[in-house]
Amino acid sequence: MGFDLRDISFAYGSKEVLRTISITLETGRFYGVIGPNGCGKTTLLDLMVRHRQPATGAIQYNRKGLDVYSRRQLSREIALVPQNFYINFPYTAREIVMMGRYPYIPRFARPGPEDNAAVDSIMDKTGTLAFRNRRITDLSGGERQRIVFARALAQDTPVLFLDEATSNLDINHTLSLLKVVRRRVASGGRTVVAVLQDINLAATYCDELIFMKQGQIFTRGATDRVLNPDTLKDVFKVDADIVFNAFSESRQVVFKK
Amino acid sequence: MIINNPANETTPAVNGGGLIVQIVVLSVLLLLVIVVSTSLGYLSIPFPSVVKIILAQLFGNTDLLAGLDERFLAVVIDIRLPRILAAAIVGGGLAVAGVVFQGILLNPLADPYTLGVSAGAAFGAAIAILLNIGFMGGFNVPFFAFVGALVTLFAVIYLSSSGDTGPHILSSNNLILSGIIVAAILSAGISFLKYIADENVAVIIFWLMGSFASMTWTKVLLTFVFICVGTAIALFFARDLNVMSLGNRAAASLGVDTRRVTLVLLLTASMVAAICVSISGIIGFVGLLVPHIMRTFTGPDNRKLIPVSLLAGATLLLGADTVTRAILPVEVPIGVLTALIGGPFFCYIFRKRQVTGRGM
Repeated sequence: MGFDLRDISFAYGSKEVLRTISITLETGRFYGVIGPNGCGKTTLLDLMVRHRQPATGAIQYNRKGLDVYSRRQLSREIALVPQNFYINFPYTAREIVMMGRYPYIPRFARPGPEDNAAVDSIMDKTGTLAFRNRRITDLSGGERQRIVFARALAQDTPVLFLDEATSNLDINHTLSLLKVVRRRVASGGRTVVAVLQDINLAATYCDELIFMKQGQIFTRGATDRVLNPDTLKDVFKVDADIVFNAFSESRQVVFKK
Repeated sequence: MIINNPANETTPAVNGGGLIVQIVVLSVLLLLVIVVSTSLGYLSIPFPSVVKIILAQLFGNTDLLAGLDERFLAVVIDIRLPRILAAAIVGGGLAVAGVVFQGILLNPLADPYTLGVSAGAAFGAAIAILLNIGFMGGFNVPFFAFVGALVTLFAVIYLSSSGDTGPHILSSNNLILSGIIVAAILSAGISFLKYIADENVAVIIFWLMGSFASMTWTKVLLTFVFICVGTAIALFFARDLNVMSLGNRAAASLGVDTRRVTLVLLLTASMVAAICVSISGIIGFVGLLVPHIMRTFTGPDNRKLIPVSLLAGATLLLGADTVTRAILPVEVPIGVLTALIGGPFFCYIFRKRQVTGRGM
């Protein structure tokens, strides 16, 4: 079950972004994807949500080719919180979150009671109820990002992809959103694949880390196993010290000045 | 801890519902303007007579016409109604095209006029008129207008897009700049066509400035059919269009086939704009102004915005055409009038966006 990627390559024009990537992802785990800027993390997610097609190789989801699914089926399986979010039209926050329910609402139908309940419950969990009736164009960057996050959660999918989904958030909101997601993985058997810049956050919340470098997977495995000074030296060219921290109950990284 | 302050929950929803009410009010308003407009003119016709004539025509009930002036019937049916309906249909069509262009290009300043699509359609139509191309019966002018509109649209989008990796947003400034450049080239082309047109030049000039005079029922019906089809397609994809305002990536993950929707809607809006241009010449800013105003009432939801803009656009352009036809001492070409009113409004929106740095 889960994802199975075989020999995936992708290029933008002549610029090769991913080179023969093969990886399997199990269901019910929280994966962190880590790597330097421009190493192909976002593109990898794009391929797995079928926003882009790989040049070579095949992607299977739940033992079926990704192409076999209709767009609608896929939208009930995988949700994405994209990296860039910019909206020009004054939808209310709640209208945006409700868009996450569209895969379940027929084209010309109104949202049903269960859709309204789902949206309200998600907005409560993500702490966005307070500004549900405000225009998205009037919200701050952080508030907007939480709305987009809530929208993806409202999609209620077994798989959730986060592409630097907490980059605009303060530490309080970052932690609370990651906790919401973590709970879904732990109790609901859902799968999360999160591209994260903050290695310590990844170490705190992720079951497994996938290190990427120059369009390839450098290493992957249980967080405690792969997160070590050698990996960080090879991937990021930085000197780091890694110690187990009892307070966060995880390995934490400190960098050399 | 997550901030969750229920005290703020009482804030009323800004994007109000009440779609049915808005549609009913706008429909009644449109019918009223149609009746008033029909009664106004060189020959003033009383409202009851206008209503009787329209009802008699609609239901084939000739009893209603008893005791009416014969001239009234001829003026209403043969002269005024075709022009009035054409103005209303074109107004509605331009507004719908505006909504669609704005939604697809994620840009509240897009409309057939600012994108240069109208100029492209006019160029295509001018060629058809000039060369007197007749291999498609009455369809050659609309068809050439459509081709001109499409080619222009893709040229403008090509000019204003920068790379493919960024978010799917064409910057306002790039888009409008490209629109203006392409429209300038096309205007020069049209001037050249006028120069070599000899005896046809009057036809082209008059039509270019925008006019609903000398409208025929055939043209009215043709336009009506195309704009109904265009609006239906736009309504069908309206929800997808909403989702696409989240960006292509998010829309795709919500099950929207973004490529297909973009292509179908751009073709549809171009078709609608081309039909409008081919029967009435270039009428600017209706497609910009109407969706913009209506968005403040309905909110940005395209499922509401499209029908409401259709009705409001129809009412507005008919109103403007009535002013120039029956109220002003001289008949100002309708395209000139809308540009005179719409141009400053465009400047206002553009300035406001520069100041606040965000769209609306």
